[in-house]
Amino acid sequence: MAVIEASDLTKTYGDFTAVDGISFEVAPGESFGLLGPNGAGKSTTMRMIGGTSLRTSGSLRVLGLDPEENGPLVRASLGVVPQQDSLDEELRARDNLIVYGRYFGLPKAYLTKKADELLEFAQLTDKAKEKVSALSGGMKRRLTIARGLVNEPRILLLDEPTTGLDPQARHILWDRLFRLKEQGVTLVVTTHFMDEAEQLCDRLIVIDHGTIVAEGSPQSLIRDYSTREVVEVRFGSTRNAAMEGPMRELADRIEVLPDRILLYAHDGEALLDEINRRGHTPLTSLVRRSSLEDVFLRLTGRTLID
Amino acid sequence: MAPIRARLAARPRWLSSLYAGNARAVIGRGFKVIRNANWGIIATGFFEPVFYLLAMGVGMGALVGTVPGPDGAPISYAMYIAPALLATSAMNGAIYDSVNNVFFKLRYSKVYEGMLQTALGPMDVAIGEIFMALFRGLLYAVGFLGVLAIMGLVTTWWALAMIPVALLIALGFASLGMAVTSYIKGFQQLDLVPMVLLPMFLFSSTLYPITVFPEAIQWIIKALPLWHGIELMRQLSVGFFTSGTLVHAAYFVVMSVVGIAAASLRLRVLFLR
Repeated sequence: MAVIEASDLTKTYGDFTAVDGISFEVAPGESFGLLGPNGAGKSTTMRMIGGTSLRTSGSLRVLGLDPEENGPLVRASLGVVPQQDSLDEELRARDNLIVYGRYFGLPKAYLTKKADELLEFAQLTDKAKEKVSALSGGMKRRLTIARGLVNEPRILLLDEPTTGLDPQARHILWDRLFRLKEQGVTLVVTTHFMDEAEQLCDRLIVIDHGTIVAEGSPQSLIRDYSTREVVEVRFGSTRNAAMEGPMRELADRIEVLPDRILLYAHDGEALLDEINRRGHTPLTSLVRRSSLEDVFLRLTGRTLID
Repeated sequence: MAPIRARLAARPRWLSSLYAGNARAVIGRGFKVIRNANWGIIATGFFEPVFYLLAMGVGMGALVGTVPGPDGAPISYAMYIAPALLATSAMNGAIYDSVNNVFFKLRYSKVYEGMLQTALGPMDVAIGEIFMALFRGLLYAVGFLGVLAIMGLVTTWWALAMIPVALLIALGFASLGMAVTSYIKGFQQLDLVPMVLLPMFLFSSTLYPITVFPEAIQWIIKALPLWHGIELMRQLSVGFFTSGTLVHAAYFVVMSVVGIAAASLRLRVLFLR
């Protein structure tokens, strides 16, 4: 049975429709992604799952319950890592974990042990007594994630979990999330980072303007909506637009971005050789595997990070 | 977590979305913050009525001399205004905590957002926050009564009852204040709050009897809460009671019940968007 079932989920604020009739299911133990640009409706969907945002219409079941009718009970099984850290600035790092655990009704004896474990997990043991305002952005992020685990959740909601983290910290976090997944925790991740979605998600939905534009595993989405490889060529800002015509003759699909042109092909190296053979030698070039970024570009005509 | 889930699952349906029966966790957080906080900031609420008492009661009181007390017997001017200042500070503190503080925590500090990501419901948060507002009110009331005792302005044991009455006044204003906060959209609207509180302070028989006003104005004043609080405090300060005493107390009991009901109905709007 699905742990999350959303059907025609809709949320409007006045005239603005943030989430426009989306339906999806998340299986237990699955790692499920919501991919889309800022403002696509991902965070609103996450808040509705936790019952802290009231839906306008549609139905939603989390662990078999309506989060609007049973907010506290549903959230007892959820771990929430919001996009913007909502740490308690008036408390110290370790107290943030203990006080947060008390909100779940957990006993103090359990929490003193758990807090030390989580500080270790977040590599913040030496910052236990530090005020939250004295922590760096990355430390705050790790503390927020550790806090979301204090109740040993069955479902972990991660809203843009690695935004603002350096590459090393991201990989550490991804590793921790893999381990949770191995323990059977269901992950729901929103992200606008393609590599993150590819690393973390078994299956994902691509959201744009509050609607689902595609659904599938990262591999199947790339297979269905892109080619195997992509050639990125740069001709410099003056020649970029002028090269559109010649490039179009070389590939079935191209995308002209302000700073570069993308050509989609099964064999990227062969295509690049052909470009050079025709004398259109670019300033720089790159052949890479297709990513979800290309899928998104294909589906919406826009890049994810604008 | 299993016993906690079982307890939450057993809640009646009308409460299951709002209340987890765990306001003590919010209160626990409040005490932790007080322990960490700068006592200087907390003490400011204590000094306000003391400064008024010194400036108006002692300073201006030297010009005024004695005035008739609730029972007609002459009392010093400081003794006349002291109970009114205690009632006013209970009102101001409760409104500040339930309006300005709640609004700031909702919009900017994200404290409530963090709380509501957990197994707490909006009612746990509201009860916990009102409790903390009352606790601060208790500290200030005890402190102010101590100052009155030191200044020789306490003449009866009845004056001790001013402490629970200060809490009752605070509860009435805090619960209604929280309901009002659910309608506030921006900081500009917060500026309207003193526009309501200041005239109530100035005209509710705080510094002089309301008999100086025409009868129509007196009725308006008597319809507003602060006058009842001040009259009740003033009667307790000398231990003299009339048939009106119970009416004054009943006013705040009703105001608290209405305020709590209104705040409960507005909790979803206030905390869930």
